[in-house]
Amino acid sequence: MRSSLSAFFSGLIFALGLGLAGMTDPANVLGFLDITGDWDYRLAFVMGGAIAVHAALRPLIHQRARPLFAARFPAFSASKPDAKLLVGSALFGVGWGLGGYCPGPALTALATGAFPLLVFVPAMFAGFYLAQVLQARSGAGAPRPEAPHAGAASAP
Amino acid sequence: MTSSLLLPLLGGALIGLSASLLLLANGRVAGISGVVGALLAPVRGDIAWRVLFFAGLLGGGLLLAWLRPGSFPAPSAPSAGGVWLLAGAGLLVGFGSRLGNGCTSGHGVCGISRGSVRSISATLTFMATGVLTVFLVRHVL
Repeated sequence: MRSSLSAFFSGLIFALGLGLAGMTDPANVLGFLDITGDWDYRLAFVMGGAIAVHAALRPLIHQRARPLFAARFPAFSASKPDAKLLVGSALFGVGWGLGGYCPGPALTALATGAFPLLVFVPAMFAGFYLAQVLQARSGAGAPRPEAPHAGAASAP
Repeated sequence: MTSSLLLPLLGGALIGLSASLLLLANGRVAGISGVVGALLAPVRGDIAWRVLFFAGLLGGGLLLAWLRPGSFPAPSAPSAGGVWLLAGAGLLVGFGSRLGNGCTSGHGVCGISRGSVRSISATLTFMATGVLTVFLVRHVL
């Protein structure tokens, strides 16, 4: 129950942050990626602000033996960057540059019911699904591919 | 000039705060593609928090649409070419972020905050192809 509440508020704060930052308007995102044109550098400060806060709080959080409502903190892949990571990221960047949406802002903007998101979000889920099928087939890991960030440990 | 940077910084700080809350409370990394994408292959006992995080994103979107509608682009008439472009972009974003184990949030914010070499490489890669794509679309094609 409490873990559900914290997840909900985390999502809520995340979406508000994206909106205030300007990430939910693809025109801002494309302006940020257009470094050879009339470069809109403001979104660099979004990532900077997010990293500054999270990098400062992480060590404090990890002073605890375990999270508040879960058994353990996430484990991370210790492997070096591999082809899957780089090819996947490269394709993601192309899609990001074409549409101006990455997953968080797309799902936040979906709430408005605006037409572009009614096309983009189902296509994005189809992409999630294809990648999961591909990875399950290649047998490169667990049947359910898990982000290295989330580790194998699942909350009870 | 300074005020135009205040909102991006504040918004970014909220994103960092959200990621910290999810780590502290749920022991999870706030990587949107992973949090939501894993719902397509659900595992018992590992569903509720993902659904609620997703619901929180949508709730935040509703709040923004209500209190700060300018956060979103003005509605425009859809064109046939635009639909295919959006579908292709969505497919690439979904497929690529899941294959690469993360997107702007998981790699770009959480991974870099941790100093992860994999996340730094991923972020540099998608920034580079994003910049290249916009360059080609806006200045070459």
